Amino acid sequence: MREELITSGRMNYLVDPQLHIWHWQIPLYLFLGGLAAGIMFFAALYTIRGKTDKFQTAVKIAPFIAAIALVIGLAALMLDLNHKLYFWRLYTTIRLESPMSWGAWVLMVITPITFIWCAININVLFPKWDWKFQWIKEILNFFKKNIIIISWITLILSIILGVYTGILFSAFNARPLWNTSILGPLFLSSGLSAGAAAIILMSKSHFERNSLAKIDIIIILIELFLIVHMFMGFLASTQVQIDAANLFLGGPYTTSFWLFVVTLGLVLPLILESLELKGYKMPTFIAPSLVLFGSLMLRFIIAYAGQESRWLY
Amino acid sequence: MRYAMAIDTKKCVGCSDCVVACQTENNVPIGYCRDWIVEVTDGTYPNLELEIRSERCNHCENAPCVRCCPTGASHIVDGGIVLVTHDKCIGCGACIVSCPYDARYPHPDGYVDKCTFCLPNRVSKGELPACVSVCPTKCMYFGDIDDKNSEISKMLSKRKWKTLIPEAGTKPHVYYLI
Repeated sequence: MREELITSGRMNYLVDPQLHIWHWQIPLYLFLGGLAAGIMFFAALYTIRGKTDKFQTAVKIAPFIAAIALVIGLAALMLDLNHKLYFWRLYTTIRLESPMSWGAWVLMVITPITFIWCAININVLFPKWDWKFQWIKEILNFFKKNIIIISWITLILSIILGVYTGILFSAFNARPLWNTSILGPLFLSSGLSAGAAAIILMSKSHFERNSLAKIDIIIILIELFLIVHMFMGFLASTQVQIDAANLFLGGPYTTSFWLFVVTLGLVLPLILESLELKGYKMPTFIAPSLVLFGSLMLRFIIAYAGQESRWLY
Repeated sequence: MRYAMAIDTKKCVGCSDCVVACQTENNVPIGYCRDWIVEVTDGTYPNLELEIRSERCNHCENAPCVRCCPTGASHIVDGGIVLVTHDKCIGCGACIVSCPYDARYPHPDGYVDKCTFCLPNRVSKGELPACVSVCPTKCMYFGDIDDKNSEISKMLSKRKWKTLIPEAGTKPHVYYLI
């Protein structure tokens, strides 16, 4: 049997014997960013369609979760940097070739919008809240009057934010597992699904929960299709991508991916939500919690497995 | 002007002198390296072949690390050498994951570091990179491949050579004479 034995004298910290430069911070941020993108997408969508009254939770309450998710996500992103106090360097330049650069700029716009959104609706959560200063009220009134324009901006930015969490990975051709354009739509749909799940968890309105569950079922089906599509693409590609797919098809990530992401995170909530729509009674928190868990696991597994996949030489 | 390096795998004995010279010249922190030795044993016993390579950043023409850098800290200077401006680097690690050769490492001081072809400290003064200058078997060649009369151009025109993972589309500029 022909054998190739490679011995390397290199042992750089976090690079050898296996790349591990990105820890928990990046997948956690990608999950929270996707979740915030999903929530803000639905909030903007229902505002534009004038369904604020029917979708109270989606428009007025869930954005608070998005704001918290963005703050924690950004903190995680900052923790990931080796030169933490230099993070502002991101905002001294715009580099369209680098997904991380335009992701940083999208966050720069969508984070304040999310906060403004929460500020406008603060009385829903805290009925006695008073902004005290007249000028703050005037600014918020200005945003309230132009909420449709802001919603359109939010809608577009939330889609970019959701896609970017996947594109961030797929831009790296050095990691064959990440180097697939499916990752953008996959992470976007996973983020939208997580956003819908978060709204379902918080909503007290039966109509709102059912409407979002219907949307969630469609998104989960799209996700399953994208996952199948991703593996078909890998297996029809070059040896490096076949090896990348094999990390999930018999390799070290097989159990965690198919059990946590596909079975618990997609198939089970799909079945539970369908049964619930058909009228079966069950605790409503189970399916959306599973969706959120699956969405988080997807990020972690793709982030860790991707760093394990590499070119052969 | 296009700086490149050619390494003769037939003459390299894998002594690691280049690695030590680089660490000394560039104050590489203990436990890290900008260049390293790879030994590849290939074939079916008893017909085995051994190839020894001194590897480093390939100073790619289509450098993924430069493309992915969100701040512009990774950049290509005149002569095609890929450098990192330490004060602009935020240590996000995007360049490290983008490199198919894993040639970069996170420096303990926070920025990302790698081979510079000794441009700032030696080549700009007309000297050879530290690794090339110490090689005891004289198996490394460094110079301008746009200049047809340079030693490296002559070696590349008369010897068979390869680059590492050209299929990654990076257009690497460290050549291995085989």
